[in-house]
Amino acid sequence: MRIMAQVCMVMNLDKCIGCHTCSVTCKQTWTNRPGTEYVYFNNVETKPGLGYPARYEDQEQWKGGWTLDRKGRLTLKAGSRLKKLASIFYNPDLPTIEDYHEPYSYDYAHLITAPAGTRAPSVSTRSALTGKEMNPTWGANWEDDLAGAPARALQDPNIVALPEDAAEKVKLDFESVFMFYLPRICEHCLNPSCVASCPSGAMYKREEDGIVLVDQDRCRGWRFCVSGCPYKKVYFNHRTGKAEKCTFCFPRIEAGMPTICSETCVGRLRYLGLVLYDADKVLAAAAAGDVGDLYEAQLGVFLDPDDPAVAIEAERQGIPHDWLAAARRSPTYALIARHKVALPLHPEYRTMPMVWYIPPLSPVADVTVAAGYDDTDAENVFAAIDALRIPVEYLANLFTAGRVGPVRDALRRLAMVRAVMRAHQLGQHPTVDLSGVGLSEDDAEDLFRLLAIARYEDRYVVPPAHAEDAGRLLAQHDLSGCSLESEGGPGMGGDGPGHDAVPGFHLVREDTADASVAGRDAHGRLHLRVAEHPPPGSLGPAGAGGI
Amino acid sequence: MSGITGFQLWWWVILPYLALATFVIGHIWRYRYDQFGWTSRSTELQEKKLLKWGSPIFHYGTFAAIAGHIIGILIPERWTAAIGIPEAAYRWFSAGAGTLAAVLIIIGVAILAGRRLFVARVRATTSPVDWVALILLAIVIVMGIAETIGVGLLGGGYNYRQSVALWFRGLFAGNPDVRAIAHAPFLYQLHATAAWAVIAVWPFSRLVHAWSAPVWYLWRPFVVYRSRKATRPNEPGTSGRRWRRIGVHY
Repeated sequence: MRIMAQVCMVMNLDKCIGCHTCSVTCKQTWTNRPGTEYVYFNNVETKPGLGYPARYEDQEQWKGGWTLDRKGRLTLKAGSRLKKLASIFYNPDLPTIEDYHEPYSYDYAHLITAPAGTRAPSVSTRSALTGKEMNPTWGANWEDDLAGAPARALQDPNIVALPEDAAEKVKLDFESVFMFYLPRICEHCLNPSCVASCPSGAMYKREEDGIVLVDQDRCRGWRFCVSGCPYKKVYFNHRTGKAEKCTFCFPRIEAGMPTICSETCVGRLRYLGLVLYDADKVLAAAAAGDVGDLYEAQLGVFLDPDDPAVAIEAERQGIPHDWLAAARRSPTYALIARHKVALPLHPEYRTMPMVWYIPPLSPVADVTVAAGYDDTDAENVFAAIDALRIPVEYLANLFTAGRVGPVRDALRRLAMVRAVMRAHQLGQHPTVDLSGVGLSEDDAEDLFRLLAIARYEDRYVVPPAHAEDAGRLLAQHDLSGCSLESEGGPGMGGDGPGHDAVPGFHLVREDTADASVAGRDAHGRLHLRVAEHPPPGSLGPAGAGGI
Repeated sequence: MSGITGFQLWWWVILPYLALATFVIGHIWRYRYDQFGWTSRSTELQEKKLLKWGSPIFHYGTFAAIAGHIIGILIPERWTAAIGIPEAAYRWFSAGAGTLAAVLIIIGVAILAGRRLFVARVRATTSPVDWVALILLAIVIVMGIAETIGVGLLGGGYNYRQSVALWFRGLFAGNPDVRAIAHAPFLYQLHATAAWAVIAVWPFSRLVHAWSAPVWYLWRPFVVYRSRKATRPNEPGTSGRRWRRIGVHY
């Protein structure tokens, strides 16, 4: 068992109002630069719809993610490594700028420089690639609120993948069409195919928190990560010639703060927290024979932080104590594994995505109300969930590789929570049988708290990174007259006065006798990583004393 | 070294060594200070249909041409003679295989050059130093094709292995045969001169991506993990150095 911690996100789709505040603040924070005009680390899509870039979910077209070879082993869908290197001069699976949109701005200067005339001057669209006039015909938000849906939405790969009779019904019932929003960021997968696709080894997954990043200095612009990611969340900066992707706002996460998209989410629908998982099980789980089994398989790699055996092993392997405590309080673990109301996006790509979604009950509840029934009566909603086969099957294509069971169960649990809490509010005894959906009264209460009234500190349980040593080494390096270099201070080889104030610091490696294995160097400093599990290619802070 | 004019010494000895020095020092400097700018600078995002044919044909043709140069310039004639290959046989092989490579490169360059010149999105990504490098490369290629097809295949042939090759190898041995190159046909002189110019410009252009061929990818584990570690601050005066400053047009 190799225990790793992953910062992960859950989004409650019932609450998304499609305001795009997350996209805007993300863009202002990360991609408001030339070269990244078309890049959205976070975007919000209206479903059903083609998404961004258009039809990115169709892996028969784009060849993103993993697949199984004839012997049942995991292999990149785009082909072998040799095939990749041979096609390095032309990547057949790369989207072009038309699949996103040609970035543009407006010729605002014309408003004040236009010669005097009878008509008011108007601004024209200018391409950010060529500076020439252009006519936008597609974009990240082109199909907002089902705009253009009659012409395009039926090409949604999740509809195309529906069984024929269900797909027919979607077309027939199009006037009573369902709709919801799907905010998307990088999935920071446990088995990231973008990282596996990068020929330069510039992409990596962080051992401490699982965030997937691109090393801008090592990226050589071979662009296989862009095509290798089935979610198309790695973008090519057309100015720098390098790949860029969602960073999970790692500078904020390291400081114990939520990502900017979570922080500014108007609907408060995002949850952040740790999930512990067994890294040794990931490959086997990702290679599950039937794609329908991948959701359950992924649940199987997560570890219960309340399990004493897991806790002991995690501390032995160097997971900091406060991280373990945070994992126990994690709202994402609760929603994903304890209550099983959150589901992964497209598990069939076999990347083990780590941004999960609570499927929307609203389209179902809306139909129940429209039919004149009480949408807080669980029995009515249950009936509606089953009657509305199409939304459930559509959702299953999104979240469970087509398997309807887990989606229906999640929706039933959500409906049940509504019914129970309504009964509580009215001082009645809930008449529904909770055990039928695998909920206890306490579970329902817990879910209600998480989904309805969770406060900031309950939605975002992000333990700060343990960068004490790294930060201290930086602080003392190359700075003359550093104030930390007082006698016995951190710059002099001691742990410094702030040592005891850092929660969990002592617990990194206190229980091991051998000082070198314990991660203490000759000066008695604590290390973040432990010696018996050296990460590949890492220098670690072991030699850092001599920098 | 009697019978050499000052100009010949300058042109065929000093300039090549200057180009070589620029090549070596330039690469070291750029590798240390401009990792961020070190990229293949792909334009596939902007244009894909022409690149699909132009880029692979050009690159594979270039590999063939490089292999030909290794055989023709770096391997002395007496070595091939020693294993029993007569000059005539070598020449026909050189003209035949060389022509094949040349045809590939002609097609590839025609597509790529047309794309770079006439597709506005691609043209806009080309920086001044890339224009210089690409134009020099075009000269080298056109001269090389003229030699291979015009002289080697259709013309009477020219045994560059007894002139150009001697001078070229001599440069690395510290004993260049200046008279050999000084009396070579003008076509070969121009080809060699433009090639040295490309060598000198190489480290400052997008051509550096050639040294980043990711062969290691074949052996490395699929998923790369990294853990946090202390890093040095940037050296004073180099922290913000970028090959192409963000926000400034090409």
